[in-house]
Amino acid sequence: MKTCDVAVIGAGPAGLVAATTATSLGLSATVFDESASPGGQIYRAVTTTPVRRPELLGVDYWHGANLVRPFRASGAEYLPATTVWAAARGAEAFDLGVSGGRPGTRIGGTFAARTLLVATGAIERPLPFPGWTLPGVMTAGAVQGLLKSSALVPAGRVVLAGSGPLLWQVAWQLASAGVAIDRVLETIPRGRLAEAMRHAPGFMFSTYLARGLELIRAVRRRTDVVEHVAELQARGDGRVESVRFAVDGEWTEVPADLVVISHGVVPNVHLPAALGCGLEWNPDQSAFQPVADAWGGTTEEGVYVAGDVAGIAGAQAAEARGRLAALAIANALGRIDAARRDALAAPAQRALATALRGRRFLDALYRPSPEFLRPRGAVPVCRCEEVTADAAREAVRDGAVTLHALKSATRCGMGPCQGRSCLATAAELLADELGADCAALAPPSIRFPLRPVTLAEVAAWPSRADAEACVVRGE
Amino acid sequence: MTTQRIDIAIVGGGLVGSALAWGMRALGPRLAVLDASDAHAASQGNFGLVWAQGKGLGMPAYVGWTIGSARAWPQLAHELRTHAGVDVALEQTGGLHPCLSQREMESRADRLERLHAQAGVERCDVRMLTRDEALARLPALGPDVAGGSFGALDGHCNPLRLLAALRTGLRRAGVVRTHCRVEAMAPSADGFRLLTDRGEVAAERVVVAAGRGTQRLAGMVGLSVPLVENSGEVLVLERMRRFLPFALETIRQTDEGAVLLGDSHEPRTDAALDVAVLGAIARRALRVIPALASAQVVRAWAASRVLTPDGFPVYAQSAAYPGAFAVACHSGVTLAAAHALELAPAILGGSLPAALAPFASGRFDHVRAAA
Amino acid sequence: MFARLPETGAEAVVVAIDGADFEARAGDSVAAALLASGRLASRATPVSGAPRGPFCLMGVCFDCLITIDGVPNQRACMVEVAPGMRIDTQQGAPPLGTGAA
Ligand SMILES: Cc1cc2nc3c(=O)[nH]c(=O)nc-3n(C[C@H](O)[C@H](O)[C@H](O)COP(=O)(O)OP(=O)(O)OC[C@H]3O[C@@H](n4cnc5c(N)ncnc54)[C@H](O)[C@@H]3O)c2cc1C
Ligand SMILES: Cc1cc2nc3c(=O)[nH]c(=O)nc-3n(C[C@H](O)[C@H](O)[C@H](O)COP(=O)(O)OP(=O)(O)OC[C@H]3O[C@@H](n4cnc5c(N)ncnc54)[C@H](O)[C@@H]3O)c2cc1C
Ligand code: FES
Repeated sequence: MKTCDVAVIGAGPAGLVAATTATSLGLSATVFDESASPGGQIYRAVTTTPVRRPELLGVDYWHGANLVRPFRASGAEYLPATTVWAAARGAEAFDLGVSGGRPGTRIGGTFAARTLLVATGAIERPLPFPGWTLPGVMTAGAVQGLLKSSALVPAGRVVLAGSGPLLWQVAWQLASAGVAIDRVLETIPRGRLAEAMRHAPGFMFSTYLARGLELIRAVRRRTDVVEHVAELQARGDGRVESVRFAVDGEWTEVPADLVVISHGVVPNVHLPAALGCGLEWNPDQSAFQPVADAWGGTTEEGVYVAGDVAGIAGAQAAEARGRLAALAIANALGRIDAARRDALAAPAQRALATALRGRRFLDALYRPSPEFLRPRGAVPVCRCEEVTADAAREAVRDGAVTLHALKSATRCGMGPCQGRSCLATAAELLADELGADCAALAPPSIRFPLRPVTLAEVAAWPSRADAEACVVRGE
Repeated sequence: MTTQRIDIAIVGGGLVGSALAWGMRALGPRLAVLDASDAHAASQGNFGLVWAQGKGLGMPAYVGWTIGSARAWPQLAHELRTHAGVDVALEQTGGLHPCLSQREMESRADRLERLHAQAGVERCDVRMLTRDEALARLPALGPDVAGGSFGALDGHCNPLRLLAALRTGLRRAGVVRTHCRVEAMAPSADGFRLLTDRGEVAAERVVVAAGRGTQRLAGMVGLSVPLVENSGEVLVLERMRRFLPFALETIRQTDEGAVLLGDSHEPRTDAALDVAVLGAIARRALRVIPALASAQVVRAWAASRVLTPDGFPVYAQSAAYPGAFAVACHSGVTLAAAHALELAPAILGGSLPAALAPFASGRFDHVRAAA
Repeated sequence: MFARLPETGAEAVVVAIDGADFEARAGDSVAAALLASGRLASRATPVSGAPRGPFCLMGVCFDCLITIDGVPNQRACMVEVAPGMRIDTQQGAPPLGTGAA
């Protein structure tokens, strides 16, 4: 089995730039990505989209092609539609368990890599509210993905709810595509804008400001925007039929065929966490992220993080961080010395600083309100195991006082999504019941497999004599 | 720092400490469970078998103790349903120990024979099955299965629900549960003083049931409870329609449909996951039930066992400080009923029953001497 | 619920959804095809039997699980359609040994 210098997991902006940089320095790189085509979330399907009117998706989107082109020419090995489900440190290199292809034509097996560059990006912040599991309630990223990959747009009565840049981006994209949006329900609490203003000076120089405001204005011209929505419910029998929402305690119900929700994104930390990398709670973003140095080096030797998995910072920052991590790896593997690394890093460091301007303001403005972060009642917080907020809170009162104990007591996080949809909420509920800060919680223990794989695939992991001896019975 | 004063302090709130507390719950707030909630404790990472067959070779008293617990289990399950409102999914429909070669068959038969030949042991209903007999009970068995032994008393439960049920029930009974780590214990004029990271507790009596922490703590009250290093890993498959009518020693299907594959024995105490061991578990399971090949693995976990050098429990009362007890055991699921319904009342009464004398920790004195 | 923008370049791909032919487009995920066909739900959960359908479309939530060419519990959003593919919405947990190894 050949061993590559760096395995890049994720082909979003961070992974694409990292792989391109690594190969340009003479390293061998293999890129694994679950998606069928390169680009990650923001540039999803940028090389394959059937959308024929470029202006629909916005100029930012097409920038993705500028990353894919050099990546394709870089000589990095690229394995699309391939999931990394496990990684383990071996004697000389990391072994990666991969699974991919379509049912019936699966590819799989193990790959070896000297270093790992984790660029698994972000996932949408799952904020539970009554009815959020009904068919017809979807995330903004989902609706955006349908547009990018399949030129599909919502029809019928469409309500958007939540807050954050992605919400407005999608609202704008849908509106541009001619979709009539019934309502945008914005969940920023009263007084939040004033609070966020103390971070405004940085924001004034942010690239987001001008474009962001323009998007919001364009959407407001065409749809009814309701502000300070404090409570939300989706209702319907077997599928969503209406949305109820409360502003200052007053409820309104509107019919809806599709409810599109967005509360920003959180780092997709399962791979570094399962590798043993330390996690820390980011209080500005209300989410766990890997502990990392300025190069993306984690607490585990040979494991680097870049892009939104390292903390939400957006696509431009992802490119810069991808480059920095690749440079650090080239240095660690002896390809370049520290002086050359630093010289090559300078432009990326400047780009990163620029990209990060205004992030504090956005984090402060769009941080979900406690009512959304810490739900009560019969609302399911774990979608897979259908564990309600009340059941989770009750378990904490019975003595399940850690994330691990809460999971074992309630099954919250034990389903096929492996806790991606409930981890952040579980942390909030636990902290709420304990009267503690999320930052004081022991981080969750996350285990392989990162995604469900067949038993046959697990059985195909290379055997090791001492491991074999551990399962023999009765001999 | 205020000192809390109680009758009995149980150090450790895993399955052993919680089952003991359950049997003493009549004390209400005069009973406290002090628990550090360690992440990879056995009670949150075991396989869930209520299992009697094959156990007790080398310790005849353990055979009867285990059988007694398995027989008493329905009562514990009933109590938990009534007082905690939780169904712990106890199923005692028998259990199969599959053998994957003629050699395994012979060694299994020989083991059972020697086990039952021990003087004074209670015989439990277990018999060897030929391949055809095994197939008749479970058609999904693969071609490598040569047969096995079948125990009529065996079964399984949902061990996480068991732990949760005990906790809920204890809270309802008014028993105090404190999230803390006991750092030191010392005998005092009127009992014991326990120093924790969150304050001090004074108790007339103390029961150390702290899993892997027992070795250190028991030493502070004059008891020696040596433990050996042993961790195990378990794989969980997606929910499937029920197809297993009974549990296998390393494959069982929960009442919710998920299939669990267990469980390795690894010479270490940490609970890191070793993917190569998961691979080995998967391969062995596929030899037993090949049709599982396409089932999806959803999760895996590892936990460390509470294992003494001879594998049998320690039930010990301190000679120097008779108010101090220590309990350490593997098979804390199987023994939960015996702990709640027999051991707890005995400790409440002030002394261990004579039947438990073989489990005193003095049997390891030579181990210590050698070490 | 969803409509295709008129100006798309993708070719038609015929699949069978719950036995009925449906014209999807090349590049569609199974989830996209399902939604385009007017269905929001892909399954009933094995826990409570509640209906669920695609939610995140990026492989995270596992709500879009569906049976593809006889293999249950596939993420509809991560598999692209192919001509003649059989897509079946599913109810509860699958029986033993229904997948492809
Ligand atoms: C749904 C969604 C939509 C977004 N849309 C926008 C937008 O329109 N505009 C904007 O500015 N920002 C958007 N963002 C924010 C976005 O996260 C960043 O701007 C940017 O995409 C981050 O880049 P990245 O390289 O860190 O990761 P990503 O672009 O998220 O790429 C990560 C890649 O890793 C893959 N991956 C994850 N785990 C594994 C694994 N185990 N094995 C193999 N592959 C794996 C994923 O499939 C994905 O392709 C969006 C985020 C999300 C979640
Ligand atoms: C992989 C595996 C499979 C198993 N399968 C089975 C099975 O099928 N059937 C069966 O019967 N048994 C099984 N067992 C064994 C069973 O799980 C254990 O016997 C049982 O859980 C032990 O419980 P415990 O309470 O003694 O210990 P633990 O579960 O270790 O709990 C001890 C508790 O004490 C706390 N603690 C430790 N030190 C301190 C301190 N200083 N202060 C305060 N609190 C402290 C810990 O935080 C923990 O919560 C299995 C075990 C493993 C690991
Ligand atoms: S829709 Fe979330 S995994 Fe497919």
